[in-house]
Amino acid sequence: MSFFFEVLIGGLLAGVMYSMVALGFVLIYKASGVLNFAQGAMVYLAALSVVGCMEKGAPLWLAIILAFAIMTAFGIATEKFVLRKMVNQPPIALFMATIGLSFFIEGLAPMLFGNDVRPLDIGLVDEPIPAILDAFNIVVSRFDLAAAGIAALLVVVLALFFQYTRVGRALRAVADDHQAALSIGIPLQHIWALVWTVAGFVALVSGMLWGARNGVQFALTFTALKALPVLILGGFTSVPGAIVGGLIIGASEKLAEIYIPPVMQSMFDGNFGGIEGWFPYVMALLFLLVRPEGLFGEKHIDRV
Amino acid sequence: MFYRETGQFKTTYAADQQIFPIRQDRIGMLLLLAVAFVGIPLFASEYWFTAILLPFLIFALAALGLNILTGYAGQLSLGSAAFMAVGAYAAYNFQVRIDGMPVLVSFLLAGLTAAAVGILFGLPSLRIKGFYLAVATLAAQFFIVWCLTKFPYLSNDSSSGVISLPGITILGFAFDTPRSTYLLVLTLVLLLALAAKNLVRSTTGRAWMAVRDMDVAAEVIGIRLMHTKLLAFAVSSFYCGVAGALYAFCYLGSVEPDGFSLDMSFKILFMIIVGGVGSILGSFLGAAFILLLPIFLDISLPAAASMLHLPFDNATVSHIQLMVFGALIMFFLVVEPHGLARLWQIAKEKLRLWPFPH
Repeated sequence: MSFFFEVLIGGLLAGVMYSMVALGFVLIYKASGVLNFAQGAMVYLAALSVVGCMEKGAPLWLAIILAFAIMTAFGIATEKFVLRKMVNQPPIALFMATIGLSFFIEGLAPMLFGNDVRPLDIGLVDEPIPAILDAFNIVVSRFDLAAAGIAALLVVVLALFFQYTRVGRALRAVADDHQAALSIGIPLQHIWALVWTVAGFVALVSGMLWGARNGVQFALTFTALKALPVLILGGFTSVPGAIVGGLIIGASEKLAEIYIPPVMQSMFDGNFGGIEGWFPYVMALLFLLVRPEGLFGEKHIDRV
Repeated sequence: MFYRETGQFKTTYAADQQIFPIRQDRIGMLLLLAVAFVGIPLFASEYWFTAILLPFLIFALAALGLNILTGYAGQLSLGSAAFMAVGAYAAYNFQVRIDGMPVLVSFLLAGLTAAAVGILFGLPSLRIKGFYLAVATLAAQFFIVWCLTKFPYLSNDSSSGVISLPGITILGFAFDTPRSTYLLVLTLVLLLALAAKNLVRSTTGRAWMAVRDMDVAAEVIGIRLMHTKLLAFAVSSFYCGVAGALYAFCYLGSVEPDGFSLDMSFKILFMIIVGGVGSILGSFLGAAFILLLPIFLDISLPAAASMLHLPFDNATVSHIQLMVFGALIMFFLVVEPHGLARLWQIAKEKLRLWPFPH
């Protein structure tokens, strides 16, 4: 039983890491109706910027600030050169543009900072916490726990930012209705540049955590593929949805990886590991058949 | 001056409804076919057949399939490579497991198998749409490739799912040179393209377009949504499946499931974006563009680098390729969302008035 809980807790903590990437998607989707496929590439760019700046001799804090500056510049450039010119195009076209954007970043980032795998040390170590190990005989990684804490902090900060600042209110207004927001004098284009910057910040935090865990490498771009099922499970427009979805996906994925392949092996011949790649998608898909707008998504009403 | 339909009168319905109503178009098309069937086989080298023409035709067919689903029926799919994989493996299994199975029949059955799988993964489209559906098609992409890797039966017990395809023999004639393979693929692709062209101007095609433009409105005017959407998934997967079978049998000769990756799906998607969403011609133009661009960059970038004395290595070239790809996609979506096919149409409009603008 303690093994079950160990897997469950490990899955939940991994899910928090997915949630953080998903959060970046949700922010941009809420404010501009764009499903930003490039979020994974942004995570890669952010992590690579931090490592690249540190290689050039900058201390960690400076590297983070520089990386944030890069993400800001990137967000503003995206708004100016792509989004602004695609106003009034169907959302699917915008989505495809972000696929193009992710290819662009995947070429640009390694050109600026090199493409070899590098470690990123942010002062957290991936080892079990002795107290929990002694008391319950369950391995809980210190790193994962700290990452979950950082994610929780990030969500609280974002929630406060959205709820209580002037800019946050403007963001929520834009998310509700572009036209109404424009008509009361909210500068839409500034807001979009801003929200891409915030998404860049989220990408920076998740990029550093993922990078510190698995090394800064091209595989960081695949975090987007991990976050997508989280999104459709939680709903594209909901911050709590991204968190809850991440927890569900993380836990069920790890449990499935442990418990499903042996069952399949007893039914068929062969080795059935590696179901992590598709299991979250199929689960999210089955879930969608029951609730097409996701757990916390807004119910969509079609009008002719 | 030369491209003008003045004086060409249509006296029958059949004449009015033909695919190329303008005489100059028909002559141009015949010339193009003559070049494709006679000129190219006479003069092209082996490199051209194996490195450019075969992949061009095969990817054009896959892009055509995706264009039917995304361009005409409006259902964005990110799993086209997976349906190609289904086609490739189905054709292989029909060939290996049934003695004396004609190759063309196994291609056809491969297409039908892919269509069945396509319907299965198209079922969610009845409940969900837009982004949710696009993400759902990713499930097909990952699940199918995983199945092909993990179930040894599907690859006839070969290790890690790699299959080697037998040669193609039809009615005793062995298609073993690049030239004859090219002619076979060209014939099949043209027949399927003709079928697609006719399909999209039929009732079915118009129903697809109505669903694409607004599915609720389409339902209100009496179009059966379920039927129409699933048919689009089936036809699209059929084309992708045949393309996959051709890709395995005629182009590579040996494939593995991981070859049909998400990157390949994206590549096919880029083909229809650049070529023209909702255009048969666009699928061909886009496939040519996306396949030729890396070859062009491979040749031109090192040359440019040596001219400017920049230190370029292979990694840099591939990074620049990615950037150019990404930038082009954004450029096309911003500047000309209807792609190269639309540019061709504009050129034709201009040509009709040229050289007198009135």
